[in-house]
Amino acid sequence: MKSDRFESWLGVDARGLYCRPGGFHIDPHGASPRAVITHAHSDHARPGHDHVLATVETLALMTARLGTSASVGSQGLAYGEAITIGEVTVTLAPAGHVLGSAQVVIEWKGRRAVISGDYKRASDPTTPDFELVPCDLFVTEATFALPVFTHGDAGGEVAKLLRSLRQFPERAHVVGVYGLGKCQRLIALLRAAGYHEPIYLHGALATCCEVYESFGVRLGALKAATGASRDEMKGAIVLAPPSAIPDRWSRRLPDALTGFASGWMRVRARARQRGVELPLVISDHADWNELTRTIDETGAGEIWVTHGREDALLHHIQSTGRRGRALALIGREDEDQ
Amino acid sequence: MKEFADLLDRLAYTPSRNDKLRLLAGYFASTPDPDRGWALAALTDGLFFRLPLRRILTELIEPRVDPVLFGLSRDYVGDTAETIALLWPGSEEGAEPPRLDDVVEALRLGAATEVPALLSHWLDRLDTTGRWALLKLITGALRVGVSARLAKTALAQWSGTPLAEIEEVWHGLRPPYLALFSWLSGQGKRPEAGKRPLFRPLMLSHQIEDKDLAAIEPKDFAAEWKWDGIRVQASNQSGEPRLFSRTGDDISGSFPDVVEGLPQGVVLDGELLVMRVSEVAPFNDLQQRLNRKSVTPAMLKSFPAHIRLYDMLFEGADDLRPLPFVDRRARLEAWHDAARPPRTDVSPLLQFGSIAELERLWAGARETGIEGLMLKRRTSPYLAGRPKGHWYKWKRAPLTLDAVLIYAQRGSGKRSSYYSDYTFGAWRDGESGEPELVPVGKSYFGFTDEELKQLDAFVRNHTVDSFGPVRQVEPKLVFEVAFDSVHRSSRHKSGVAMRFPRIHRIRWDKPAEEADRLETLIRMIAE
Repeated sequence: MKSDRFESWLGVDARGLYCRPGGFHIDPHGASPRAVITHAHSDHARPGHDHVLATVETLALMTARLGTSASVGSQGLAYGEAITIGEVTVTLAPAGHVLGSAQVVIEWKGRRAVISGDYKRASDPTTPDFELVPCDLFVTEATFALPVFTHGDAGGEVAKLLRSLRQFPERAHVVGVYGLGKCQRLIALLRAAGYHEPIYLHGALATCCEVYESFGVRLGALKAATGASRDEMKGAIVLAPPSAIPDRWSRRLPDALTGFASGWMRVRARARQRGVELPLVISDHADWNELTRTIDETGAGEIWVTHGREDALLHHIQSTGRRGRALALIGREDEDQ
Repeated sequence: MKEFADLLDRLAYTPSRNDKLRLLAGYFASTPDPDRGWALAALTDGLFFRLPLRRILTELIEPRVDPVLFGLSRDYVGDTAETIALLWPGSEEGAEPPRLDDVVEALRLGAATEVPALLSHWLDRLDTTGRWALLKLITGALRVGVSARLAKTALAQWSGTPLAEIEEVWHGLRPPYLALFSWLSGQGKRPEAGKRPLFRPLMLSHQIEDKDLAAIEPKDFAAEWKWDGIRVQASNQSGEPRLFSRTGDDISGSFPDVVEGLPQGVVLDGELLVMRVSEVAPFNDLQQRLNRKSVTPAMLKSFPAHIRLYDMLFEGADDLRPLPFVDRRARLEAWHDAARPPRTDVSPLLQFGSIAELERLWAGARETGIEGLMLKRRTSPYLAGRPKGHWYKWKRAPLTLDAVLIYAQRGSGKRSSYYSDYTFGAWRDGESGEPELVPVGKSYFGFTDEELKQLDAFVRNHTVDSFGPVRQVEPKLVFEVAFDSVHRSSRHKSGVAMRFPRIHRIRWDKPAEEADRLETLIRMIAE
């Protein structure tokens, strides 16, 4: 295989990853005439593109988060539906990350590249499971690409939260969650564990919950934390963006016990740094085992690694005889979800 | 092991003392013997495995994990034992995890050569938290913010038995404390003290208030200096001399020099000091000797320990505690005159006819190591705890410094939304000749809840930079900081360290440039 094969049609320019024969960017961080968006998180779905292709769920979430202008010139594509753009064929496959998240499958001259976006292999009641697409080039994320990150069973973490509610029934349990994905997944997991009390939400979380509900994801009774009395929030679960917890906002809560649902919570120093009392290891990203297993299962001879701890993953890729390359994409955050 | 691991995990993240007590009490209530007894021992430093853990861990992890990946992981996590707990290759499906009892017994009885095999067998059967807790247990340093005292307080709360009673039997007991739990859960009798060295809970004093002072009849009270060391109980009732801290921790190991000369048959109350040629050394010198598992001959020579005696609780079989203070004093003096034990003396009583006279005496005291005055009712028996109306402490007015707030950090627990930990500085001339602030101390108390809100708002409105949870603020706000003393310290940029600093007053009115200079603080150093 010629090592520069993929570089001739997929490359990084000032706006991010670009497919030359298709004439489009994937998750560009700057305004692009034509963008394919993997999912609606703000470091992947930016405003200002002339034309956007994504799943209908992602488009709805983008509209809700970025305002109506985001939907101008947008086109929804169902999972598995093929479309021709320029010289290439594009399909979207479930990525299992958040509602609407998709891997972008691009085929050109008999070769197949899969841009995973963010993904996870663990099942999630709020979004279809990750679908494995065999390919020649796999572009993977690497948020949790160290072998210390294995996320374990999210159900066990939910049980830990419910146990704490029984131990400290007079304290509001406020859990920091990313507003799109983690919030709804945690609610769905709580419901699946038999918790049917109203769950209180910080105002910033309501919009995405409504979009999830509109796509048929049942979240049960939700209430606004703003305006709720201190008394009724005793022993209740309150969800808030992580930034609201150390902020004055949380003073409305009765004797708040602070939790945080994130893959980072596996490392004690990260939890202590945030002053978290109840760290919950729940992640919407692939852990180390899922990353290495997925790379292996795609059968790809060439792996490109986007944001994250690429050193460890590249070391692993090279030690298994594949070609690995770090893609320096700017504008990706140290994602919290 | 799972319950123990979950308990340690929760404790490690729980800042509030009351919440820790609840978690501990819940664990004692729901965990069977002997596991809960081993857990209690681990929390009160009663378990100590001398194992070369670092070497064992390296041996175990090398064949299992790629060294490059291990190195990257270790750098990220920052702690070797935690890294190993995290990346140990998975627990065996359905394998029965070990019980805490199995682990402790095997480590106590097993040969050192068997430990690596045992350890890997257990690690294979535990989840991440379990592996982390197991490695913590073996290192002997749990570091979950629980003192022996707190663990005993949890026992008291869970069982409804007074803490003093638990402390009284404590040193006669050994892990896994079956007799203790049997007694506390109402099934067995109170454990017999037997012949073991016992800690008798100390009698403590109240800070004297102006109204107390006005009510003091000089003829009813004895007065003596309050020495600036740590309160101890020296006990040798059965040929096993022991030194206990105020909270009942056995600190004999750190102070062999005072322990070895302790005559048999007595229980004494006194102040542990470092003394050189009948001169009390600064508290800082004593600090060099505290919290050491072993002491070197050089330490013993440079920081010689001494006990200045206040009281006597037992002489032979006689329990003196019901006797009036003056009678106990007389017994103490008579015994000390006859026995002349080395490295001890009796704290002298002060003669005074009126409070005014006592104040003059105090003002004129030139001796170092005096922290204040004690007033003790002549008729008081020796009572455990802090009974009202018997003993008063009258401390010297603290030192104060006007310092400028430089950094603020968010607190924990209930204070996690407030900037409540403050670092303050004093002025000095910088290299350019311009005045600059150098940090001289840090404090998170001394202010009211209302003031905390105002301080928090000040920090948020005057932030100039932030580093993680720390904010740097404009140097505008002056604190009047009170502290007990100040010492030289090579660990601080300013070269000095305050003892027990607290925010005495917030000087909203005072311009920052009028705050004190570092030289002022240096002049206060207790030489």
